[in-house]
Amino acid sequence: MHIMEGYLPMEWCIVWFVLSIPFIIVGLWQMKKLIDKDQKVLPLMAVCGAFVFVLSALKIPSVTGSCSHPTGTGLSASFFGPFVTAVLGTIVLIFQALLLAHGGLTTLGANAFSMAIFGPLVAWGVFVALRKAGLGLGLCVGVTAAVANLVTYTVTSFQLALAFPIDGSIVAAFTAFGTIFAVTQIPLAIIEGIICALVAKFIVRVKPEILKSLGIIEDAEIAKIQGEAA
Amino acid sequence: MKRSTIEIIVGILIILGLVVFALATGGDSEWGGADGGAEDMISETGYEPWFESPLWAPPSGEVESLLFALQAAIGTGVACLIFGYWLGQSKRKDEKEA
Repeated sequence: MHIMEGYLPMEWCIVWFVLSIPFIIVGLWQMKKLIDKDQKVLPLMAVCGAFVFVLSALKIPSVTGSCSHPTGTGLSASFFGPFVTAVLGTIVLIFQALLLAHGGLTTLGANAFSMAIFGPLVAWGVFVALRKAGLGLGLCVGVTAAVANLVTYTVTSFQLALAFPIDGSIVAAFTAFGTIFAVTQIPLAIIEGIICALVAKFIVRVKPEILKSLGIIEDAEIAKIQGEAA
Repeated sequence: MKRSTIEIIVGILIILGLVVFALATGGDSEWGGADGGAEDMISETGYEPWFESPLWAPPSGEVESLLFALQAAIGTGVACLIFGYWLGQSKRKDEKEA
């Protein structure tokens, strides 16, 4: 999903920066509020950020004969919502743009919007809906992570299609870019979902009180998940 | 066996299965990056990137893979440090209650 440096016309770079910046500002404000309220969320935030770091560094071969990488934003989107995730994801994108020449500074706004904002935003909506429906935490986090991954790449295809229509057709371009990403991404979304689901359940076993204070989980489910490891 | 252990084993097997299946059925694909695929498609239209990274680009694939490994290592290090700390805390709590 990384649009490379210089590969997006300047006007689109500006559009995506303008759309991304409010999310990051709200995210910084939410982070500060959460940490002021209870310092104990800080390690959980660090773990969520660390997972974006790890998973987005892994380029995994997929069925299409090409490689792509997970986004790792599902854990953060589930626990903290899209705004905090916007901050964590953008930190990773800046690291990659500056040190790895992967992505870029001009395309940072666009890449942040797909990976750190819109993917997590939709995924967070899915997480809230599934939790309301009473599904288990592991399953919910897993599906959320997979959705974050797939939506991120859909947004990238859309961003590229807007900037590079084929014969004037955005739809044709969206299909073309989407084909490069979509099928490649499906197995990776499943892999990412499994990893995030297992990690979420591990966190419930060792440190449930943080998730409880965030309103993610109740005592009954904590006892059930902890019972599975006994 | 504990249910949690079974879940972890099944999870790892599915992940390995997906990757092995991809590699086995991929034939003589190039295994390039999908990001690069999109970049090529844009280049074919004759588009020239209008901006280049002001800092530097990794001089070779080896250096780039070093930096990616470093990125993963930093992430894993932070996550495992915190996981270990939590695990120790929860063990101590269990001992107190016992």
